[in-house]
Amino acid sequence: MEHYYQPEIECAPYEEIRKIQSEKLVKQVKHVWDNVPYYRKKMEEKGVTPDDIKSVDDLHKLPFLSKADLRETYPDGLLAVPKDDVVRIHSTSGTTGKRVVAYYTQHDIDLWEDCCARAIMAAGGTNEDVVQVSYGYGLFTGGAGLHGGSHKVGSLTIPMSSGNTDRQIMFIKDLNATILCCTPSYAAYLGERMQEMGYGPDDIPLKAGIFGAEAWSEEMRQSIQKTMGIKAFDIYGLTELSGPGVAFECSEQHGMHINEDHFIAEIIDPETGEVLPEGEQGELVFTAVDKEAFPMIRYRTKDICRLSREKCSCGRTHVRMAKPMGRSDDMLIIRGVNVFPSEIETVLLNNGYAANYQIVVDRVNNTDTLDVQVEMTPEMFNDNVGEVEERQKKLMADLKSMLGIKAKVSLLAPKSIARSEGKAVRVIDKRKI
Amino acid sequence: MSVQQISVFLENKPGTLKKMTGVLASHGIDLRATSLAETKDFGIARLIVDDALEAVSTLKEHDFVASLTPVLAIEIPDEAGGLDKLLDKFTDESVNIEYMYAFPGGKNTDRACMIFRVADTKAAEARLTGAGVKVLTQEEISNI
Repeated sequence: MEHYYQPEIECAPYEEIRKIQSEKLVKQVKHVWDNVPYYRKKMEEKGVTPDDIKSVDDLHKLPFLSKADLRETYPDGLLAVPKDDVVRIHSTSGTTGKRVVAYYTQHDIDLWEDCCARAIMAAGGTNEDVVQVSYGYGLFTGGAGLHGGSHKVGSLTIPMSSGNTDRQIMFIKDLNATILCCTPSYAAYLGERMQEMGYGPDDIPLKAGIFGAEAWSEEMRQSIQKTMGIKAFDIYGLTELSGPGVAFECSEQHGMHINEDHFIAEIIDPETGEVLPEGEQGELVFTAVDKEAFPMIRYRTKDICRLSREKCSCGRTHVRMAKPMGRSDDMLIIRGVNVFPSEIETVLLNNGYAANYQIVVDRVNNTDTLDVQVEMTPEMFNDNVGEVEERQKKLMADLKSMLGIKAKVSLLAPKSIARSEGKAVRVIDKRKI
Repeated sequence: MSVQQISVFLENKPGTLKKMTGVLASHGIDLRATSLAETKDFGIARLIVDDALEAVSTLKEHDFVASLTPVLAIEIPDEAGGLDKLLDKFTDESVNIEYMYAFPGGKNTDRACMIFRVADTKAAEARLTGAGVKVLTQEEISNI
């Protein structure tokens, strides 16, 4: 049976959602014009005033915001309410340049937690469930978002945070946790550790997992589902927009429903900025129409994906976004070819290797080199050198056909790649450009 | 009765082999024979030890990929032509050898022991035994 947190809006006809979006957008643009001089200036430069925005159809007239704007206005140049009204901040991990600080009023926290509650119920969660939140707590939005969502659903919430893997497993077993929330790479590691401890899928009370905050492949989902005996759901979000829960998967596990009553999605051509027709692949752009403190308008996510309005069997009417291939930030350009780490992951898992890998890019004699490092597994091992080399060659051939460029494959000893408890570090780019 | 060889994956970097021998030493595992097959990128150590099961589980506990492989152990006189004579039987019985290595026969200084990896260990053993070759058991290897 499908569970919904707010069925009246989650399953509302599209025309109704569009009407809500238009009303909120008009209000939001006025709010930003009045309170954020930085964005007002951008609008003025483009010759747009709030009067030009009468409905969602006018959205394309508004200027974009990007990560560069966030850096420029750090720490509070985009804040749209008096500081007295702010109740919390969160911040990005800051792996690429300066941190982004996002502000929340109590209203903003509430709507964010509603979004996470929708995600938990879409994964089958109810007030009878025990939700173990193994995302990091703190500045990172993962822990706080799912924690708040779990409270709203009324589930018993275990505020685990990340780390201490054996204790994580002990709590799952002893407290009969039914839903696990963490990054997919940490889920894979927890699964690996459970196997080592001799626990099969039937020994683990979990029935579902809500995994996000990094790109992961369909093959990785299958592998996690099998190891833990669960259904693994993807969840999407950005700190800039609130955190996890901007979009989430339902029982269909085929694309993530975007919470359209709060976030208007567009797909644009990343080169020209033109809005692309529905169904085409491009960069995902969001307008947060409900947020008071940090109201992003036409925020460029750098995520490359496509949207689908195809009817979903779960009953939700909100548009679905395909799993992004990864942030365009994650995309590597190697010998002029675009390479997404998730493509490499797909090939590795299809070849029977585990999801523990590292991608090392370097430049030798002015030529980019790509070294895919993967750990040897008992399944892939053989006492015959020729057999192991055959498998290595097959993997190299598969990588070449997927990526279009040659990659070296290095076989490493088990456990030689550090396991991540949060976001996995997959790429080491040693090129000095 | 075939003998269990331990095959261990070794990453190609300094200290890997030493890590393996360290683990075996600290668990009091006595090596009978070793052979190392290497490629540009990795190596595979093949070991015959006194206690194969103990060795393989110890190595796995220490994060090595290790597996048991059945091989044939055959004693030959340590003299010129000893191996040649034995290989006559392999040829006569059409047993194909994938790889082999040797170790001295322990206390028995005038003997040597050959380890053979063949595709079908059971069939090869039956044929060689039929041709009068004495194939050593795990127990005999452990007691060398």
